[in-house]
Amino acid sequence: MKSKEMTGKKIINFLSDNIVTIVFLVIAIIAIPFSKLSAQYIITNLVDRFARSAFLVFALILPILAGMGINFAMVLGATAGQIGLIFAIDHRIMGIQGLIYAALIGIPIAILLGWFSGLVLNKARGREMVTGFILGYFMDGIYQFFGLYLMGWIIPLSTAAVRQVRGYGVRNTLGLEPVRGALDKLINIPIKIGTFSLNLPLGTFIVITLLGLFVVWFRKTKLGQDMRAVGQDQVVANAAGINVDRTRILAIIISTILACLGQIIFLQNMGNMFTYTSQRQAGFFAAAAILVGGASVTHAKIINVIVGVILVHLLYITMPLAGKEIFASAMIGQYMSDFINYGIISLSLVLYAWRNRRNAELARASLRGAPEGGK
Amino acid sequence: MKWLKDFITDFGWPRIIIALFLMALFIAAPFVGVKLGPSFTDVFNRFGQNAVMVLALVPMVQAGCGLNFGLPVGIVAGLLGALITMQIGLTGFTGFVVSIVFTVFFGSLFGWFYAALLNRVKGEEMTISMYIGFSIVMLFSILWLVLPFTKPTLVMGYAGEGLRRSISLENYWRHVLNDNALTIQIGSVIFPTGLILFVALCAFFMFIFMRTKTGTAMTAVGSNPDYARASGVSINKMRTSATIISTIFGGIGILVYQQSFGFVQVYDAPLFMAFPAISALLIGGASVNKASIVNVIIGTLLFQGMLTMTPSVINSMLQTDMSEVIRIIVSNGMIIYALTRKTKVAK
Repeated sequence: MKSKEMTGKKIINFLSDNIVTIVFLVIAIIAIPFSKLSAQYIITNLVDRFARSAFLVFALILPILAGMGINFAMVLGATAGQIGLIFAIDHRIMGIQGLIYAALIGIPIAILLGWFSGLVLNKARGREMVTGFILGYFMDGIYQFFGLYLMGWIIPLSTAAVRQVRGYGVRNTLGLEPVRGALDKLINIPIKIGTFSLNLPLGTFIVITLLGLFVVWFRKTKLGQDMRAVGQDQVVANAAGINVDRTRILAIIISTILACLGQIIFLQNMGNMFTYTSQRQAGFFAAAAILVGGASVTHAKIINVIVGVILVHLLYITMPLAGKEIFASAMIGQYMSDFINYGIISLSLVLYAWRNRRNAELARASLRGAPEGGK
Repeated sequence: MKWLKDFITDFGWPRIIIALFLMALFIAAPFVGVKLGPSFTDVFNRFGQNAVMVLALVPMVQAGCGLNFGLPVGIVAGLLGALITMQIGLTGFTGFVVSIVFTVFFGSLFGWFYAALLNRVKGEEMTISMYIGFSIVMLFSILWLVLPFTKPTLVMGYAGEGLRRSISLENYWRHVLNDNALTIQIGSVIFPTGLILFVALCAFFMFIFMRTKTGTAMTAVGSNPDYARASGVSINKMRTSATIISTIFGGIGILVYQQSFGFVQVYDAPLFMAFPAISALLIGGASVNKASIVNVIIGTLLFQGMLTMTPSVINSMLQTDMSEVIRIIVSNGMIIYALTRKTKVAK
């Protein structure tokens, strides 16, 4: 009897812990047949898109570990990556060298921006997420000032295709042909099983695997352990001799660097860049993906990243077509997938905050003792 | 010198810088060929156009729910109110009043659900309200396509269904407040008396409300929840009323905005409308947990003044349009300043 009850409870616990992922999975499963897409199309697209954006989502793991929630300020890192790419294109450096060049320019900028956002977030304890979010918008302003006015005026731009027609400033859309697919095509393995064919961008997958190994290794280092301690309880961590502020800033700096590299990988796959808006999509996507994958504001594992990226992209691929089929309007499908995206983030944030409060209330109630206890 | 120092810390550096910047813009305007008269007219109009939405933020700040990034919840209520009135075919002042009635109804309904949700996530309101706002705008984007609106002026001409992106209010109630018998013209300055009076009415209502028993209890909940509970105030009830009032005012705010702007904008237009309102309130001197009507008035004047003057003056000075960049940096910088400031104990 008892063991049956236990398994029942276990199942309920599992369901309630993973409700966001399950809801998303159900929506995706419903959408697939309606989209009338072939398995071949869906799988090749998924592999391509997974390679494109998995790296970006990894950037969110460490700040969650350090108890800072979803690092919406990762947009700053994506911006740094874009600045790197602008220079690589402008200096006409092709192929994989171009990407490395972009990374070498982007990383120092990412460190600087990460340090800045770490300082700001340390001042906004308890509301890191909303502050990080606004910090992304704030950075948009600085970036536009830099890209539209300083570039080509104080900082020389040598390639006409990068400059705006008026003579200074970087164009709103930038073609990335010289570095397009440089990493994806580095080691490309065509797979063919019967009528099923697939191009596996092995180079990108190797990079993603190395990053995964880095995260696993990093958790075990002294710094990684410090971050977890800070994430658990800042006061206790401080008493144990950990420099809390510094640890939190380091978590954000690493996250920002990863976002910078992630955005470079993302854009080399896309092949063109909306200079002033691409970075924003990176933040929205990564937050949705990691939460859909089953991470919460305080817990994130590598498996959450993998599951989340696959599920969100599955929705992106199928929903517009499924919407067209179900509602006879592709526009509804588009709005529907945006709604699900925002809605699922709301849902997972709400569930987390709700559970947190309930636990706190239960803990307080237990201190009061039983209602009929005292005289 | 001490009073000066106190004044500066009280008023806050960012506010002083913005005020000085605005003053510099007004002084520079005549020298670069920008006429002051029309500029003042613009500032007055835009002040009235936006003030009610800024006002809507006050009760939630006071009740301790933080900055209401979920203002779009109220905005869609206002859109729904306006569109239903237009579908019925009411125009002019009657149409405007009826759309307010509808908005109050939908605002209370949405606000109640929104409050019920926010009461369960205390401490995380701001991030969650932001995403609730995004979600509801997207949900309503679907509804704008699906709901059975039929008026030819509302729906897309080609398909005959689904709302247009922006719907002209020209034959309904455009400028019903801005441009009426009360409007005064002094030289080249046109003063939209009706609009300003309406804003004053809303502000007066809010002022009175915050001083009723409910309003005082609300403020108590925001400043010290434990104390409020000990004196028998229901925290959740107060937060619920604050959220409902805020949502209703958000809806009325968008109605005022639309009649001045001349168009009803649907689909993703309301997505980011909470942000300028929040910046304005903070520029006016509010913090994350204290806001007053004076903050609303000063903040909206400064912020809208800046938005009006920068494009014209900076453009004529530098021959480029930097106003967008300045707007982004100032408005978001102000929000970050407020979020990172150690909340000072009230004097």
